[in-house]
Amino acid sequence: MNVVRSLHTRRRMLAIGCRFGVAAALGGLFAPRLAFADWNKTAFEGKTLAEAYEALGVDGARESSDIQLMASDIAENGAVVPVQAISNLNNTTQIAFLVEKNPNALTALFTIGPDLVADVTTRIKMGETSNVIALVKADGKFYTATKEIKVTIGGCGG
Amino acid sequence: MGNPMKIRAVSKNGITEVKVLMNHEMETGFRKDDSGNLVPAWFIREVSAKLNDKVVMQAAWGPSVSKNPYLAFKIKGGQAGDKVTVSWIDSKGDTRSDDATVT
Repeated sequence: MNVVRSLHTRRRMLAIGCRFGVAAALGGLFAPRLAFADWNKTAFEGKTLAEAYEALGVDGARESSDIQLMASDIAENGAVVPVQAISNLNNTTQIAFLVEKNPNALTALFTIGPDLVADVTTRIKMGETSNVIALVKADGKFYTATKEIKVTIGGCGG
Repeated sequence: MGNPMKIRAVSKNGITEVKVLMNHEMETGFRKDDSGNLVPAWFIREVSAKLNDKVVMQAAWGPSVSKNPYLAFKIKGGQAGDKVTVSWIDSKGDTRSDDATVT
């Protein structure tokens, strides 16, 4: 009798343990995932500007003077090209950096939520001299600022 | 686990400016090694940042973000003593999370 009871208790403890274990594992798997934006494979693997635009849902982007794309005119090292984009457009929800002549045009895509200033800076690689584009989504429409950056040493495999 | 990031978060006039230096190879998949073989792509794909417990920044990256990525962004709000946490996940599923106290 005692043996049966202790077995029973053990089984119950195991069951509870399992439930906690599964919950903890699921939490570990899903909790951080929720914090990340979806990685748009098609957009990042697009070979041309047009392919990247299509995957991002861009249907005709207009150049806008309300976007500032800050970068130097000449990059001595294409592996490290500092770029900054500031959008003064109302309801900016996205800022992306694209390099027209890179093997994959799309470099980085920032989601601008209500708690973020539409002002992001990073460093990108450029294989050769190319137009760099800051693509901004504001009020559901797309706008761009374009700047040609001359590269003296390429950044993709030297 | 990835290598640690350097994070600086400074609050001024109601805006918290965050500067992050990450530690990652960011292989493009187009580079060849010394024996001429393509080095497979390996890069940070997604980045997110939290101010205390609230997600404030999300980004998706391709392999053309520079090696050892630098990132700067500005959060509306935040004050000295708040915590900024930056996390990334790379194309191999490796992740890293580091935090800094706002000054």
